[in-house]
Amino acid sequence: MMPFEKISSRAVWLPEDNIDTDVIYPARFLLIMDREGLGRYLFHDRRFDAHGNPIPGFPLDAPGAEGAKVLVAGDGFGCGSSREQAVWTLLGHGFRVIIAPGFGDIFAANCLKNGLLPLTVSRELATELGEAAAAGSVFEADLETMQVTVDGREVIRIDLGEKQRQAMLNGWDETDILLREDGDHIDAFEAGHRQRQPWLFHTET
Amino acid sequence: MAGRTLYDKIWNSHVARDYGDGSALIYADRHLLHEVSTPQSFLAIEVKGHAVRRPDANLAVPDHSVPTRDRGSEIADPQARAQTARLAENVARHAIPFIPLSDARQGIVHVMGPEQGFTLPGMTLVCGDSHTSTHGAFGALAFGIGASECGIVMATQCLRQKKSKTMRVRIVGERGGWLSAKDIALALISEIGANGASGHAIEYAGPVVEAMTMAERMTLCNMAIETGARVGMVAPDGTTYAYLENRPMAPKGAMWDLALAHWKTLASDPEADFDRDMEFDVTGLAPYVTWGTSPEDALPITARVPDPAWASDASKRTRQTGALSYMGLEPGTPLIETPIDKVFIGSCTNGRLEDLRAAARVLKGRKVADGVELIIVPGSGLVRAQAEAEKLDRIFLEAGAEWRYAGCSLCVAMNGDRVAPGERCASTSNRNFEGRQGPGGRTHLMSPQMAAAAAVTGRLTDVRDLQELSS
Ligand code: SF4
Repeated sequence: MMPFEKISSRAVWLPEDNIDTDVIYPARFLLIMDREGLGRYLFHDRRFDAHGNPIPGFPLDAPGAEGAKVLVAGDGFGCGSSREQAVWTLLGHGFRVIIAPGFGDIFAANCLKNGLLPLTVSRELATELGEAAAAGSVFEADLETMQVTVDGREVIRIDLGEKQRQAMLNGWDETDILLREDGDHIDAFEAGHRQRQPWLFHTET
Repeated sequence: MAGRTLYDKIWNSHVARDYGDGSALIYADRHLLHEVSTPQSFLAIEVKGHAVRRPDANLAVPDHSVPTRDRGSEIADPQARAQTARLAENVARHAIPFIPLSDARQGIVHVMGPEQGFTLPGMTLVCGDSHTSTHGAFGALAFGIGASECGIVMATQCLRQKKSKTMRVRIVGERGGWLSAKDIALALISEIGANGASGHAIEYAGPVVEAMTMAERMTLCNMAIETGARVGMVAPDGTTYAYLENRPMAPKGAMWDLALAHWKTLASDPEADFDRDMEFDVTGLAPYVTWGTSPEDALPITARVPDPAWASDASKRTRQTGALSYMGLEPGTPLIETPIDKVFIGSCTNGRLEDLRAAARVLKGRKVADGVELIIVPGSGLVRAQAEAEKLDRIFLEAGAEWRYAGCSLCVAMNGDRVAPGERCASTSNRNFEGRQGPGGRTHLMSPQMAAAAAVTGRLTDVRDLQELSS
């Protein structure tokens, strides 16, 4: 994954609850097999009508939103499907941090595999940060100091396990880490499992 | 010692390494693959030169992007054709068992897997699809994962996971004759909320669940994800074993006996503690339909379209107002006055034989209303063949429905089946998200019998009224 470097930018506020993965990345674009270049499909059907003309008023396209790396969202952001394209499209658009009162479980797991930082905060704080975003405040996020600041004031202490923090800082690939650090554990477990539940290892039809 | 839940037992028996912080390396016994969520997974492992650790633990089938209209010719849409071909190439390169589109067993992953006996109690099963929770109906720990995780599982057979909290939902009461598992699932989601169970693994229990068929348990567990829970499960019992015995991939002979003895130890201990425990009474419940753009927006068919003015807080009000405007509905209108254009019966929620039988009971001797299109899509080729053996296809065709080949079809508009902008669809699928059935398409979720009733009258209908009219 892409290493997470300290970011500093404005933020976009999308206060709606339950923004699902179909809104983030409509299903028909799942036919695309690449993971690069998906940014243009982000929130596609909220931003473009059936003829591809821009629909005015969506926060992502508001003046001042260009270049924003932080998204402040409503509760349940990314609920629904397991499609990792929802993460790739957000990254493709330039987002590196999503702040919300709650996330879809699978979406949050997908974020961490790709260097997109999901931060869960209280509903009150989300609203406060959303208002700051709308007012043009500058958000900074740093995995060295584990801080998110708004206009220089600490608003969130990032809570991430040390393994995950290192992986994000260095852009490590999880498969590599597992094979390196846990390979022996996997071998040992599998051998015992085969003894204990042998029927799981006979899959011929 | 405190008792252990079904979830604890399966979790504990799959810990390859405990990290000591509530997370563990969990061994995945099985991985189901489909064409949409895996192209990037194969790429990810291949650039690193990783092999697939246990090809035999995987099973692949195309379902999401395949056309359902005909099967003879090659896939017309170039992107869908390329994606389906890519799956075949990828699995061939890694010797992963594969069911091609031309195979009679082809179907939606979550219908085909149980049918083949690939899904078994007590196992861990993953798939790049959120409705993998379906397999929990067998007492398996089954959950959806992203494309990166699909690659990790192929290369390592393991995943780092945080243990979920547990939640038991005991379903009790007198279940009415017309009340389907789908109605119960929708009523439950409206009660728990679309994120109400996030971070939890749900165990469905209680007399109503114990009396359910496997098809009904699968419908229930399928929709666990719509409460935010990644996992929904039911303890295995005689119903489960009867379903599995003699399935092609289920253990046989002495191996079956060994497995069965283990499966019988899986039920939650009587003294087990759940982080949350709720009871849900289905007595007197009417059939449910959704009116909005989240599965939690569900109401009894006898209700009216809600008025956002009565919403409990401002953010709910905003969301409801947006949902009603997207759905083109007026607050206060009786739901049964809502006209529909299309009806979809199928998906991994309601595309099994029992679902088609339920629809056929309503459609028998009736006609689809003028101007309404009804498409019926079996969940697998085997469901299609069984339905034809029972002559259900005749009932459907005589009613004026389209009888399709197996696939995800209108559950996810990426295969040529689509609801047009502004069109309204009565659907047996699981998600009424904006654009889920096509940009601007409007979805009302319901059971197969309710969808069939809507097809016949051309509006949202209480199937119980239809029954009385005809008897
Ligand atoms: S039928 Fe729908 S929910 Fe089920 S696997 Fe296919 S797309 Fe997913």
